[in-house]
Amino acid sequence: MNMREKILTMIEKNSRIGVKEISVMLGEDELAVANELKAMEEEGVICGYHTLIDWEKTSIEKVSALIEVRVTPQRGQGFDNIAERIYNYPEVNSVYLISGGYDLLVSLEGKSLKEVSGFVSQKLSALDTVLSTATHFILKKYKDHGTVLCKKYEDERELITP
Amino acid sequence: MRNPLADEVVKIKPSGIRKFFDIVSEMKDAISLGVGEPDFDTPWHIRDEGIYSLEKGRTHYTSNAGLIELREEICRYLRRRFQVDYDPKKETLITVGGSEAIDIGMRAMLNPGDEVLIPQPSYVSYEPCAILAGGKPVIIDLKAENEFRLTAQELLDAITEKTKLLILPFPNNPTGAIMERADLEAVAKVCIEKDIYVMSDEIYGELTYKEEHVSIASLPQMKERTLLINGFSKSHAMTGWRLGYVCGPAEIIAQMTKIHQFAIMCAPTMAQYAAVDALKNGDGDVAQMREAYDQRRRFLLNAFREMGLECFEPYGAFYVFPCIKEFGMTSDEFANRFLQEEKVAVVPGTAFGDSGEGFLRISYAYSIEKLKVAMGKLEHFITRLRACEK
Repeated sequence: MNMREKILTMIEKNSRIGVKEISVMLGEDELAVANELKAMEEEGVICGYHTLIDWEKTSIEKVSALIEVRVTPQRGQGFDNIAERIYNYPEVNSVYLISGGYDLLVSLEGKSLKEVSGFVSQKLSALDTVLSTATHFILKKYKDHGTVLCKKYEDERELITP
Repeated sequence: MRNPLADEVVKIKPSGIRKFFDIVSEMKDAISLGVGEPDFDTPWHIRDEGIYSLEKGRTHYTSNAGLIELREEICRYLRRRFQVDYDPKKETLITVGGSEAIDIGMRAMLNPGDEVLIPQPSYVSYEPCAILAGGKPVIIDLKAENEFRLTAQELLDAITEKTKLLILPFPNNPTGAIMERADLEAVAKVCIEKDIYVMSDEIYGELTYKEEHVSIASLPQMKERTLLINGFSKSHAMTGWRLGYVCGPAEIIAQMTKIHQFAIMCAPTMAQYAAVDALKNGDGDVAQMREAYDQRRRFLLNAFREMGLECFEPYGAFYVFPCIKEFGMTSDEFANRFLQEEKVAVVPGTAFGDSGEGFLRISYAYSIEKLKVAMGKLEHFITRLRACEK
């Protein structure tokens, strides 16, 4: 792995890690790491420094859904145009073009079931090019972004071993 | 009633680590940096293979030497990683951890009074195993100024007419020292000249952070005088599966297999099936863990530098071995006070031999978060010690 890949692997799991710490742990020059980070931000390789939150453990109500969307591709535009119309809605979290039985996979967060279903029926289904939708509500998140949410790592090793 | 015990066994000192363990286990909220095994769980695909083998009812003995499929994988692995060629049928034995291989290797090779050279600091079992096998352990005290490597001169100085076997414990627990190719070549030359066998314990062979590990068995004329011991515990985070192996000259392996057959029968079957998968599909996991250890290693060395604690840069295993001589305490005193006053457990270097005096073994088989907290406490502790001296 080159330095860039190593940095990315590190910050993917911990975006709060500082430049100094990265440079120590990778055995690289601090300035070189800072420059690499800056370059990756400018190139759009690094798109943000988000926080992984388990909303279940808060008092804030959230409902998430995955929606399979089948659409008619447009001449000269493919799926890009319709994808843009969908991702511009702020309540939409992610939009992926998918191979297989449907075209776009849209993930969505809302305050309530009603809000999510309202979005699907009034906004998403109403788009001309959308042929059909199938909405799946998420009941429980076991693992997200490579992190297990449902249980904590416990060190079960003996305290001292040779 | 007659004394039920064997004198030779009673005479053997219990491991120095044991005493310390008893103290630590009394303390509920202690942070321990004293563990000699990976913090990672065994990669899931390997565990899955173990579960699968149980589901398929593979719950019987394997052949004494172990599954031939696994022995073949091991030989392929040793060829691809360390450029040594072994015959899976005659030169390979699957053991219950590297530990069993150490024990039965000595029992198969030593006659009463044969001298076994044991470089220290090193793992705790070589000396008692040599004694139990009827051999006479001769300790070589490794030196900090050599970064705890074994030099040809040290080896020459320790050799007598009775010397039969040299233990070569690198990458080393507890010091983290490695032997690079040139170091090994010098040692190999002496072994050939003096006709000495080598038991090379390469259980940490996958965990080096400078040049790739070199097996002494891969050097010219060394294969025929080397027992190469390795296993899955450290490389694949499989300590609890108890699975190791030993490769060497057919005539030694045959005798070892005999002891193994009578004492053990065969290594755990489920673990053997899982290990096949470890070797076939586990290279990526090993690389990932190695990278994580390397980052922590650098983190600790930097922390020592910042607090002005002397430590040579170790390039292997998952231990650092800082020097605490400046504080005018024994390793034991230092470790005890550090535990009592800061509630952090590290292992005194003396648990691995007298030449560990003045040093501590700190394991980095822990998360960075945990290491950070512990280093904060170490800095606090030594700052206080230094202030008291003034």
